[in-house]
Amino acid sequence: MELIGYREEGKRVLLANVGKYSPTSIDNYVANGGFEALKKVLKEMSPTDLINTVKESGLRGRGGAGFPTGLKWELTAKEDSDVKYVIANADEGEFGTFKDRMIMEGDPYLLIEGMVLAGYAVGATEGYIYLRAEYPHLWHVLGEALEKARERGYLGKKIQGSDFSFDIKLFRGAGAYVCGEETALLESLEGKRGHPRRKPPYPAQHGLWGKPTVVNNVETLSYVPLIIKNGIEWFRSMGTEKSPGTKIFTVIGRVKHPGGYEVEMGTPLSTLLFDYACADRNEFKGALVGGAAGVVVDESFLDVKLDFESLEERGALLGSGAILVFNKDDCVVDILHSVLQFFKHESCGKCAPCRLGTQALFEIIEEIRYGEATGEDIDKMVEIAETMKDAAYCPLGQFVVLPVKSAIERFRGEIERHLDPQFACKKCWR
Amino acid sequence: MKREEILRQFEPRRENIIGIFHALQNANPRKYLTKDDLLAVAEYLDLPPTYVYGVAGFYSYFKFEPRGKYVIRVCDSPGCRLFGSLDILEKLKEVLGIEVGETTKDGMFTLETTSCIGFCTHSPAMLINDEIFVDLTPSKIEKIIEEKRRNV
Repeated sequence: MELIGYREEGKRVLLANVGKYSPTSIDNYVANGGFEALKKVLKEMSPTDLINTVKESGLRGRGGAGFPTGLKWELTAKEDSDVKYVIANADEGEFGTFKDRMIMEGDPYLLIEGMVLAGYAVGATEGYIYLRAEYPHLWHVLGEALEKARERGYLGKKIQGSDFSFDIKLFRGAGAYVCGEETALLESLEGKRGHPRRKPPYPAQHGLWGKPTVVNNVETLSYVPLIIKNGIEWFRSMGTEKSPGTKIFTVIGRVKHPGGYEVEMGTPLSTLLFDYACADRNEFKGALVGGAAGVVVDESFLDVKLDFESLEERGALLGSGAILVFNKDDCVVDILHSVLQFFKHESCGKCAPCRLGTQALFEIIEEIRYGEATGEDIDKMVEIAETMKDAAYCPLGQFVVLPVKSAIERFRGEIERHLDPQFACKKCWR
Repeated sequence: MKREEILRQFEPRRENIIGIFHALQNANPRKYLTKDDLLAVAEYLDLPPTYVYGVAGFYSYFKFEPRGKYVIRVCDSPGCRLFGSLDILEKLKEVLGIEVGETTKDGMFTLETTSCIGFCTHSPAMLINDEIFVDLTPSKIEKIIEEKRRNV
């Protein structure tokens, strides 16, 4: 299988073994230290020990929100229930993001081991991998890996001779971005439309079929075996105090070497873009950082450090770790048009603010694109997006404000140029 | 495989509904869910037909109209847009003589767009059924379509 988008630069920890062996070969995984963490935990550690280790490591969710993983597990472990679930969120739908694809197609047992450990920690016996439909090849890779793990006793009844039983089912999504939101994902797993649920109660209390459930991102779960194997010190020696470890960023757009880069948290944006991905400094205009629900930045943002707290301080989000670079020749209106078309299509329709808001925003950006809008319309976009931030039911609608407002704040002049019907922007198809 | 045989591969529980849709749609040479499919699923899972239709209609993957032998899905997310996915789409409309969402009269091609498929390092990208095509240019499109036509 051809591996698309992998880059060697940076610090390869999670991706250390990707490309070194056949991804579905369990012998190779074991020979490289695979399942050592699981064996150690089953022999020496109680579920509470495991949770405390993950808590002390400072591991935070890699899906975007950055919630402390150990705490999430503890909340689920505390619930009294004979049935609990662990779910790997592999519904990687944020555009420009393919980090989870890289892990799953390169080293799928890492995810499986991480899920078994999560199951042991919280007292779950069943797990699901919710895989997006757009990754048909991974359906086969993961299916084969799960089967082999079962044959070797790393999954199923009495894992490695212990009293702990846990198995994993594969679930294929069907093309809905909103299902990456954890409660919409749960609805979808239950055979319903992927509409988000009201929170609280959180999945830790009331998850799949109403049972306590851990939903973690693929990248998060895959990190756990490495932390157990190499220790807290090792993990905390990378990254920053509040965002330890490495993180995979997918850099796309106007760079010489687009791809997935694993770097330490806290790496400056400029290092990633210019030293690793080789963007052209003279041509650089800006970037959309964090995926569709990300922030449009300009040159003044290049010194920002890529970790949860530094980005938050500057009003941005780490998000899925996708970074779209654009040049002076590229058009911000065109990019925003594409972003808003994405949201209009992916809004699930449950709540009016998002359903109508994404539609209205798209109509306005269309008008701007065709020179039919006024300056007031630009202000109206901010107003609509801010209303959605307050009133939308789930993060999909609430976060549309980020790209809209940041693009207008930083590139208002360029957007206003489109208001002139005489202005012919080639990029905008006029 | 007959519809009943496909259904019986799944336990009759609501959580299997999306898996059943995938299986039924894949088994149909025209790649869509028929009214009879939906009614059969409703009966098998003991759910109201309106519910079954409502779930299927929610997900982009499931379609209710017959599609072509080759379903072309062009990525129109910002990553590909930057590298000319609109030109690719225009070229496909021209070569196939159809609009997005339509199927050619000979039943060969259906043209659709899709949200990001994760091959942004080689934009613009598109899928034809499960086959991935990257680094597209309008002239490449002509060749790809010609080849598919010849393969019939």
